[in-house]
Amino acid sequence: MIALSDFLILGAVIFCLGVAGILFKRKNIINVLMAIELMLLAVNTNFLAFSHYRGDPAGQIFVFFILVVAAAEAAIGLAIVVLLFRNRRTIDVADWSDLKG
Amino acid sequence: MNFETILFYLFAAITVVAALRVVTASNPLHAVLFLVLAFVSSAGIWMLLEAEFLAITLVLVYVGAVMVLFLFVVMMLDINLVQVREGFWHWLPFGAVLAGLVVFEMVWVLGSSSTAAGKAVIKHAADYSNTKELGRLIYTDYVYPFEIAAVILLVAMVAAIALTSRRRKDSKSQVVSEQVAVRKADRVRLVKMPAENHAQEKLDSSAEVAR
Repeated sequence: MIALSDFLILGAVIFCLGVAGILFKRKNIINVLMAIELMLLAVNTNFLAFSHYRGDPAGQIFVFFILVVAAAEAAIGLAIVVLLFRNRRTIDVADWSDLKG
Repeated sequence: MNFETILFYLFAAITVVAALRVVTASNPLHAVLFLVLAFVSSAGIWMLLEAEFLAITLVLVYVGAVMVLFLFVVMMLDINLVQVREGFWHWLPFGAVLAGLVVFEMVWVLGSSSTAAGKAVIKHAADYSNTKELGRLIYTDYVYPFEIAAVILLVAMVAAIALTSRRRKDSKSQVVSEQVAVRKADRVRLVKMPAENHAQEKLDSSAEVAR
């Protein structure tokens, strides 16, 4: 019998790996985007776990919308990365600090 | 320990190891491929949660489209790998401590609470269709969010194309404003010249040939 907490702990572990990935790979914006994808995956797993254990399919609808927004985010994020790389020849986050206030 | 539990731990172990490699892999290409592995094994976990439609959507749409987009971008940009590695060890202790602390807290809270007791879950009948249930909900209760999601995808597509499309230098295109603003004086030039008598000339030349 798999308990709800098993799924939640799995989600927490993946989420923390995503958080750590953002800190580790600050030199490469693509790795930062991938870490964000990992965090979204963890959130989706938590949604589905609660949906399954509460018997309420609304959680799956939310995962559906999260997938839509994540796909849009990945497409626009990668477009911005390609544009910045074309102009600056670098993918280091630290080199793109023109907008700092 | 039944078959489902074994499957859960297998998929969970593969997901965690793949996620760890996504974070630590030095080559971005390997990181993308490990992210694909993490997504596929997560789809297995979603299957265990009886979310069949979303599990298949994750593999088809997410791995098939979004991850391939990542692969394209990683391959298109020629990245200096040595430069990318810098700063990894600098941030490692901070990130590891932060992540470890959050995981410890979550395990501490979740492991001791009532969620660990293993409440009985209502299993659906064999003919229960997850896709049908989701479709019914999306097209009734969540129809407006569904429409908004479609618009979000359209806007994302337009934005991605508008950001990355490059205008060719030798491309020709209409300038409609100039076409509309044109006047007769810009295009038509009237030339004044004296009239010539063509009939008299023809008569002269035929007389020349006859002689």
